[in-house]
Amino acid sequence: MTQTNRRTLLKSAAAGGLLAANPLLGRFASAQSAAPIKLGFQQHVTGIGAAYGRWYGRTTDAAVKMINDAGGINGRPVEIVAEDDGTDPKRGAEVLEKFANQHGCDAAFGALFSHVVIGSAPAAGELKLPNFVVSEGHHVASGMLNRYTLQPGITDVKSQVQAMAPFVANTLGKKVTMVFPDFAFGHDHRDYFTAAIEAQGGEVLEHIAIPPTETSFTKYFPKIPRDTEVLYHVMVGPAVLTFVKELGEFFGPSAPALFGFLDSLEAVDLASPGLEFLEGSYFWEGNPRYAQEDQSEFDKTFRAAVGVDANGASISDPADVSTYSHMFGCWETLHIIKAGMEAAGYQGPADRAKLIEAVEAMTYIPESQANPQGAKVFNGKTHQVFGHQYISQVQDGKLVKVHTTSIDDTFYPDEADYISQSF
Amino acid sequence: MEFGPHLLLAVIEGSVGAAVLALTALGLSLVFGVMRVVNVAHGEFYMLGAVIAWYVATFLGAHPAVGFVGALILAPALVAVIAMLVDWLALKRVGYDPEATIVATIGFGYIFQQLTLMGFGPEARPVDPPFNSRIALPWFEFGENGLEFYFPWGLSVTSYKLFVIGAAAVLLIGFWLMLSRSKIGLVMRATELDRETAQAFGIPVDRVYAIVFGLGAGLAALAAVLIVPIQQAHYLMGHDPLLLSFIVVIIGGLGSIRGTIVAALLIGLSDGIISVFFSPTLAKIIATLLVAFVLVFRPQGLYGKKAA
Repeated sequence: MTQTNRRTLLKSAAAGGLLAANPLLGRFASAQSAAPIKLGFQQHVTGIGAAYGRWYGRTTDAAVKMINDAGGINGRPVEIVAEDDGTDPKRGAEVLEKFANQHGCDAAFGALFSHVVIGSAPAAGELKLPNFVVSEGHHVASGMLNRYTLQPGITDVKSQVQAMAPFVANTLGKKVTMVFPDFAFGHDHRDYFTAAIEAQGGEVLEHIAIPPTETSFTKYFPKIPRDTEVLYHVMVGPAVLTFVKELGEFFGPSAPALFGFLDSLEAVDLASPGLEFLEGSYFWEGNPRYAQEDQSEFDKTFRAAVGVDANGASISDPADVSTYSHMFGCWETLHIIKAGMEAAGYQGPADRAKLIEAVEAMTYIPESQANPQGAKVFNGKTHQVFGHQYISQVQDGKLVKVHTTSIDDTFYPDEADYISQSF
Repeated sequence: MEFGPHLLLAVIEGSVGAAVLALTALGLSLVFGVMRVVNVAHGEFYMLGAVIAWYVATFLGAHPAVGFVGALILAPALVAVIAMLVDWLALKRVGYDPEATIVATIGFGYIFQQLTLMGFGPEARPVDPPFNSRIALPWFEFGENGLEFYFPWGLSVTSYKLFVIGAAAVLLIGFWLMLSRSKIGLVMRATELDRETAQAFGIPVDRVYAIVFGLGAGLAALAAVLIVPIQQAHYLMGHDPLLLSFIVVIIGGLGSIRGTIVAALLIGLSDGIISVFFSPTLAKIIATLLVAFVLVFRPQGLYGKKAA
């Protein structure tokens, strides 16, 4: 039997006082239910994706603060439940299960590394938990996942490389050697860029796959054929700086033109020793790391909210460089979830299917504070968003935007129709 | 690239790996030889060495050489002190029981890794090499005019990589001299031979254990300081060195310095060469297979002493 004594009474009184003093409650009281909307954040806190996970976390915090300051979703505050998946597919699936069964989350988001996304997707389908991934992989649009997995906040590799190929072929050269990580994400680059450059009349001389856990790279570079005109590189994980440095040391003064995906340098300071040779080389950027001359008001506000300076580093520590080409995806995804829930009149987990249908119904998404990276077009059938891509050149140690592709450049024929799948 | 220059490049790269691996594995081998315990946290001591090197180099600022030399002295010393604390906090309390020590060091390994993630962060951070110039290497061929030298595309090494190989060789010789010629070496060898008799002769075995454990971790940290200008400090970097050190120590014979060095060269070079010409996976397969063969046909390792 519970005894009411002075201490428990005091405790409950204090709790009541705290509740009354909570400024959020008053603001969200107009909703039918003032209970928070819970979003499970599948975060790469540890493992090889940790640098991304940290910035995905900061971006998520900033986006949620902005959404809540403006009244939340359907008048209810948003609460983030973050769980570490260790950048591990098996744990990714377990994390989704925790979101659905233990935390009672309304939806999940945030998975990035392609093997984790692919490993987690079946769990999302079984749990009937909408999972908004922020991954770049082509696996969503390829049809290999399911109706509960969507990618509305970041474009996929296939559309990115397709938009890059004309620039590479016309500006840099037609004989390309590709260096990429040996897992799903790298294979997307291999398959789709090879096809795209051939469509431009170019060819790939050699494919060099490097295991994602590799720490030393010089031994792979001799495979680069001598008549290579363009070296196309994309690398991920903690060893990216070693990779780029050793690339410079290998070539010395006689390098081919370099075209890289900024993944090779995410969370790495461009001023790091040994990177001087990148001067003049070109990079794909998902979102320009350095504030550009034509910077939009939206980007300015986004930067300030997340705490990133004009060089793409943390305001509090200039050595803490962000993953700027990817992390906007969390911001935009959260705003898409908000828009989807509001369009669906979302009340609770029973409305999860309605939420997915509402997002599937989205088409043109204009550039706005909710979408600071630029305007986008969402394809409901393939669950994949399409958008502008940027090409930057390293000038005086900074990335300067030299080309913006149109959204049309990134389209390809549909390969899937998730809408035809039942819930 | 042609076969000859390509092979030379693979050998150079493999030698850098082998040099660092020899130092790391020696630390593990020393701890096992003298204390008869397996230090699973060895890889994390390696990682701590690299991380502390970054802090020291960043804190000292100034010329990269100043930061590097500072790191070369401070990082191994600090890591040795941390290891001695672990010895005093845990290993001594469990009486150096082999199983309990494994569990305890696994625990400490995770603690170091997560503390580093919390404090240092998830990024890989670089340390400036004290000097680093690209040296193009010549290759020869027998052409119409007899022996000719030329500089193949990409065949190069950096002065710092050569320094790592040289420094590791000097350190290994110094370590061998210490163990075979100095008084502390004598005391360690006595403790290794027979702990109780050593104690009966007045050797403070507890203190020797603490020193050996610190020294083993310090060697790992030293190896990490040497490699950190090439590969950046990162909180997960201790995993591979631990695995490779185990392979080296098993093949070379637990507790044998000569065996450790021979095995490190074997594994380091074969890893470099096989992964260049075939695939990195095959290199790992062969190394693991070698371990299996050694365990079956020569359980004491190439140079290990037979268990009494």
